[in-house]
Amino acid sequence: MTTTPVVGRATTTAARATDLSKIYGQGETQVVALDRVSVDFRQAEFTAIMGPSGSGKSTLMHCVAGLDTFSSGSVRIGETELGSLKDKQLTKLRRDKIGFIFQAYNLLPTLTALENITLPMDIAGRKPDKQWLETVIRMVGLKDRLGHRPSQLSGGQQQRVAVARALASKPDIIFGDEPTGNLDSRSGAEVLGFLRNSVRELGQTVVMVTHDPVAAAYADRVVFLADGRIVDEMYRPTSDAVLDFMKQFDAKGRTS
Amino acid sequence: MFRTALRNVLAHKARLLMTVLAVMLGVAFVSGTLVFTNTISDAFQNSSAKGFDRVDVAVQAKSQADKGNTINKTPELTQAMLDRSAKVPGAANAVGVVSGFTAIADKDGKLIGGGFQSQGGNYWGDKDPRYPLKSGSAPHGAHQVAIDAKTAERAGYKVGDKVRLSVNGPVLTPTISGIFTTDDGNVAAGGSLALYDTATAQKLFGKPGTYDEIDVQAAPGTSQVALKTGLDNALGTKLVETTTGKKLADDQAEQIAASMSGLKQGLLVFAGIALFVGTFIIANTFTMLVAQRTKELALLRAVGASRRQVTRSVLIEAFVVGVVAGGTGLVAGIGIGAGLRALMGTLGGSVPDGPLIITPGTVATALAVGVVITMLAAWLPGRRAAKIPPVAAMSSIHAKATTKSLVLRNTLGALFTGAGVAVVLAATTMDGSDGQAPMGLGAVLLIIGVFILTPLLSRPLIAAAAPVLRIFGISGKLARQNSVRNPRRTAATASALMIGLTLITGMTVMAGSLQKSIDKMASSAIRADYVVSMANGNELSPDVDNKLKATGEVTDTSPLRNVYSRIDGSGESLTGVNGTAIAKLTDLKVDNGAFTVGGNQVVVDEDTAKSHGWKQGSSFTAHYEDGKSTPLTVAGIYEGNELIRGILVDSRTVTPHMDDPGDMQVLVKTADGASGATKDKLEKALGSNPAIKVQSKQDLSDDIAKMFTLMLNMLYGLLAMAVIVAVLGVINTLAMSVFERSQEIGMLRAIGLDRKGIKRMVRLESLVISLFGGVLGIGLGVFFGWAAGELLGTKMATYELVLPWARMGVFLLLAAAVGVLAALWPARRAARLNMLTAIKSE
Repeated sequence: MTTTPVVGRATTTAARATDLSKIYGQGETQVVALDRVSVDFRQAEFTAIMGPSGSGKSTLMHCVAGLDTFSSGSVRIGETELGSLKDKQLTKLRRDKIGFIFQAYNLLPTLTALENITLPMDIAGRKPDKQWLETVIRMVGLKDRLGHRPSQLSGGQQQRVAVARALASKPDIIFGDEPTGNLDSRSGAEVLGFLRNSVRELGQTVVMVTHDPVAAAYADRVVFLADGRIVDEMYRPTSDAVLDFMKQFDAKGRTS
Repeated sequence: MFRTALRNVLAHKARLLMTVLAVMLGVAFVSGTLVFTNTISDAFQNSSAKGFDRVDVAVQAKSQADKGNTINKTPELTQAMLDRSAKVPGAANAVGVVSGFTAIADKDGKLIGGGFQSQGGNYWGDKDPRYPLKSGSAPHGAHQVAIDAKTAERAGYKVGDKVRLSVNGPVLTPTISGIFTTDDGNVAAGGSLALYDTATAQKLFGKPGTYDEIDVQAAPGTSQVALKTGLDNALGTKLVETTTGKKLADDQAEQIAASMSGLKQGLLVFAGIALFVGTFIIANTFTMLVAQRTKELALLRAVGASRRQVTRSVLIEAFVVGVVAGGTGLVAGIGIGAGLRALMGTLGGSVPDGPLIITPGTVATALAVGVVITMLAAWLPGRRAAKIPPVAAMSSIHAKATTKSLVLRNTLGALFTGAGVAVVLAATTMDGSDGQAPMGLGAVLLIIGVFILTPLLSRPLIAAAAPVLRIFGISGKLARQNSVRNPRRTAATASALMIGLTLITGMTVMAGSLQKSIDKMASSAIRADYVVSMANGNELSPDVDNKLKATGEVTDTSPLRNVYSRIDGSGESLTGVNGTAIAKLTDLKVDNGAFTVGGNQVVVDEDTAKSHGWKQGSSFTAHYEDGKSTPLTVAGIYEGNELIRGILVDSRTVTPHMDDPGDMQVLVKTADGASGATKDKLEKALGSNPAIKVQSKQDLSDDIAKMFTLMLNMLYGLLAMAVIVAVLGVINTLAMSVFERSQEIGMLRAIGLDRKGIKRMVRLESLVISLFGGVLGIGLGVFFGWAAGELLGTKMATYELVLPWARMGVFLLLAAAVGVLAALWPARRAARLNMLTAIKSE
């Protein structure tokens, strides 16, 4: 973990949340999911968001990714402020600037692996960049499986298709929601490896929500969330360090 | 288990709504039909029973059978018989009834009523108990008439007004002496009744000194049967027959019931079609509900419910749905019944007043149909539910749609389809009526076959639509793939639409072809410019022919005079024509000999020649009703058609032998051909008689076209029900698809497909399914139309298949409209799905 930073890493922000709040309900039944969270996701950095259940980590990701609305504060993807966007513009933003990887793969069963990979471009009506597509496919090792349908692929292979789908349209930022949650440890390690490589070798920006310290250890930086607030962050994490932090945090949570 | 089932019904209210609606529509149709027909026949029966109140025994002439070459005329009821009847012990009074046709014109000279219910009769004495006078007095002499109150009111006639009437030729303009009320069924149903004094009626209807019926009323204390016996003794049973009033009323009631049963059965067939289509929706819904509830049902099994209990719980659910649908359907049906009666009233066919009849039978039928249909359709899904293994409760996987192979289904479908096509094709080679039964059987087999095969057919047919769908980009591509994802469900949905469109198209093809061929027949064989006939199909007086002949514009005329005769010991109708003009007025193809009609020379059509074994030059003898006979020789053999057929003989040869000659039609040729002015002139020449129709060839064509259009529109109206049910089916299927695929839709939204794209995807899927059903239906309909035409063609020389391309285009558009309409709500729902919950939901 001593590699020198890629050019521009420290200076450019891919996504930024400022004083972001998300409140459900009103009055007595009011639940604060996010409480004035401010966080930067820098370009070509692999960030993991961690926290116990109900800490707001998924909500944070959803708001930053333009999947969910927020109550106050601001979210920027690149230069675009999300708060002022209508549904149509948000959709276009997600389509052109953002890639997604979900826990349940979420592939279309009627499409082949290749068609699933190029789906975002098909939606946009764009032709995929052939060379780039090949690079991505080679990286995730799906060359022989492109004609298969999701039902003919293993869980690990399906998630690799999902990773390729997220990378193929060269988005500014990729969001992963527990991308290894449904995978065995070997397949999970593979997928995380691809994500890390895409950051290291291709300069991709990746933000991933996880509750698994092993997964978090693949990231360059871990952001810890509790009760809708950022409580800490850690650079160049190891799984032990993350696990220790979580334990300690957990204990603190219980005593307080 | 009952409680679980009930909870399920309540939990899936929205999902079951379409099912309830579909069953409800069918039940409403059935119960509406029952309520309507019961109400009408009750009303008619009441009104006809009232009509027989004053008749204890009716005396009618007994028709005599012909023997050998003698024509035995029906004896007449004479004044002597009437006098004798009145003197029979126990008879209070006897009324002589004379009846015939009388058309009444309104103040603009137009015929009142349809012509078929324009009646005339006699007013008995000064105070006829049958017809209580509302105002004025009884008609006396040739220049007075009494008319019924309904007609008087409709046309605005008052006592003292002059009114234009016609019986079968000359126009009369008597003065209205009185206006009466009557229970007469025909008047109640929109007809008219004009009464003259007895002598005038007898003269006008060509029966001087005779009666059509003698109605005898019994004195107090004398039974109908006793009176009947007395009359039989007094009049003898050889020439007349007597019938009690009770029997007459019963007979008429039976007749009304019989005529209503035709209508009832017709309507019930369409209700059946709607219900049949509805069963697809029910089956679809329950299959879906079971699939969705796999985990829940497995849990029930895991905690100890038996298979039978699981099946039963599904069936109980169906039962509840059926009861609700049956109940609401019944209520809607009562509304439909009342509406139909009102509709019939506004269309001119007025119905006697009476209460709305809702019998316990109607209620029971409605509920039974609702429950039985729903439970039957839910039976298979219920069995499938029982097969869910208890471990399914533990696994987190969604129950996948059945991936059972379609091999068995396709084999079965191919067998049915093959057999159906073979039988239909075989039937087309048969002769007219022989082929009807096999054709029906083949049609049913073929429809079942295609229905079974629809999942297989869906792939290639929908693939064929791919190039069009590609225009819509990713939405089109996804729509195409989604529509073949669950071939069974797509098939069931499309089939519902297919059935309706098959019937609609088949009827249209057949009606169009028939119309064309009848039109061709009517116009191609006639050179005459005009055909003159009676509005009600009665015979015209020979006077009409004479008057037309004397009109300036007219160059040639010929009557088509009906002459009953006996030839070689069997009855045969001759057609008396103007021998010198007939060749100029018709254009009949002569196969053999010459088209010469005159003196003893006659021409005969092929069929008649064949049945008698006649050739050109053959001779035969025709025996007439006056007991005389003439020898006739076949001059030529022609090709007959619907208008002109049989033996054509010169009217001058046969008319002297006729008592009361009458013409079915008169053909007229004019110097300048058909034009509005000529027609006016002809009508004027006939005294602007409201009962006589003067029609050009174009008028005839228009009439035929109008008749077919009316018939088709009625059928379309009835079949619309099946299409509405099909729309509900498409909505249902789409709603299910959207629900099942919410996770996918959420993902598509997340990675950048906008709401419009999602909506378009659902809409296109709907369009694809609907058009698939539409194409299948139109294809099958054309095939059936063609096949039925082949069968008809053996009876009609001019039959030719007419494919109504424009109409078929409209039907395809209709199918597309069904698709778009059905997708409105599901597409909205899909576009509004919450992305995050959709992605997370499993």
